[in-house]
Amino acid sequence: MNLSNPEFEAECIQRILAGEKQLFHELIRPCERSIFFLLLSLLGNETDAEDAAQETVIKVYLNLRLFRGESQFKTWVLSIARNEGLGRLRKVNSRREDSLDAETDETTGDYTPAILTSWREIPLEELERKELGEILRAAIDSLPAIYRNVVLLRDIEEMDVRETAQALRITEGAVKVRLHRARALLQKSLAPKLKGFVPKRKGLFGWGL
Amino acid sequence: MRIDCKHVWEYISAYIDGEVDAELRAHIDKHLETCEICSAVLDSTRNVVVLVADGRVFELPAGFSQRLHERIDQELKAETG
Repeated sequence: MNLSNPEFEAECIQRILAGEKQLFHELIRPCERSIFFLLLSLLGNETDAEDAAQETVIKVYLNLRLFRGESQFKTWVLSIARNEGLGRLRKVNSRREDSLDAETDETTGDYTPAILTSWREIPLEELERKELGEILRAAIDSLPAIYRNVVLLRDIEEMDVRETAQALRITEGAVKVRLHRARALLQKSLAPKLKGFVPKRKGLFGWGL
Repeated sequence: MRIDCKHVWEYISAYIDGEVDAELRAHIDKHLETCEICSAVLDSTRNVVVLVADGRVFELPAGFSQRLHERIDQELKAETG
């Protein structure tokens, strides 16, 4: 969702700083989802992500006068969320964070997609939504963090390449490479699982005969 | 220019996002016309993108927003008080 409205945001910020503090609720509301899912992708569990999301929002509020309008408000907010998430990762474990910051990617390399000619014929409405959600989340969770973040912002939150690059502090080129790689990995891991949902209609579509 | 399957796979993501130039798009389209494997790979990748973007699949935890705004209120009160 990309419903940012710079004029509304700028006016809101001005009024909040002038004392209409309650307006902060409205200012932050359109960013909530993205904050949570970015943190979920970094921290890997909902409890930590929610806690970090609350901290992020308070930091946004306390630092509001530092927002200069040079980037979109949401992008600025997400970079604060990202810092919050990375800070927690540093504290919690010594997990290598350099891979999250890396500007360079390994070469795209060859990959072989899952060749499942019938998967595209799955009637999606027949999938149990809950089960589908679990499968998708598990697949995204299992992506390396640098890919997961990009999928989250580009494909789930539908941010554009530039905003994603700014929020993650990587180049636009890196966003594209990582997104491509992530989608390829997802296609590969999801296609076989989702194929299990296909009712026994093999041959109906002229495939696999 | 003839392009092979691996070449097509390399550009699938950019193709879905409409980020390949007209010439390459034409080559890919031509390949897709005759290659069932690549068109299935394209469709399944596109399915993945559509599914992942479905907001109903990725829902915020129940009560997330309410708890967040309560926390904001606490902060606002603490600041005033």
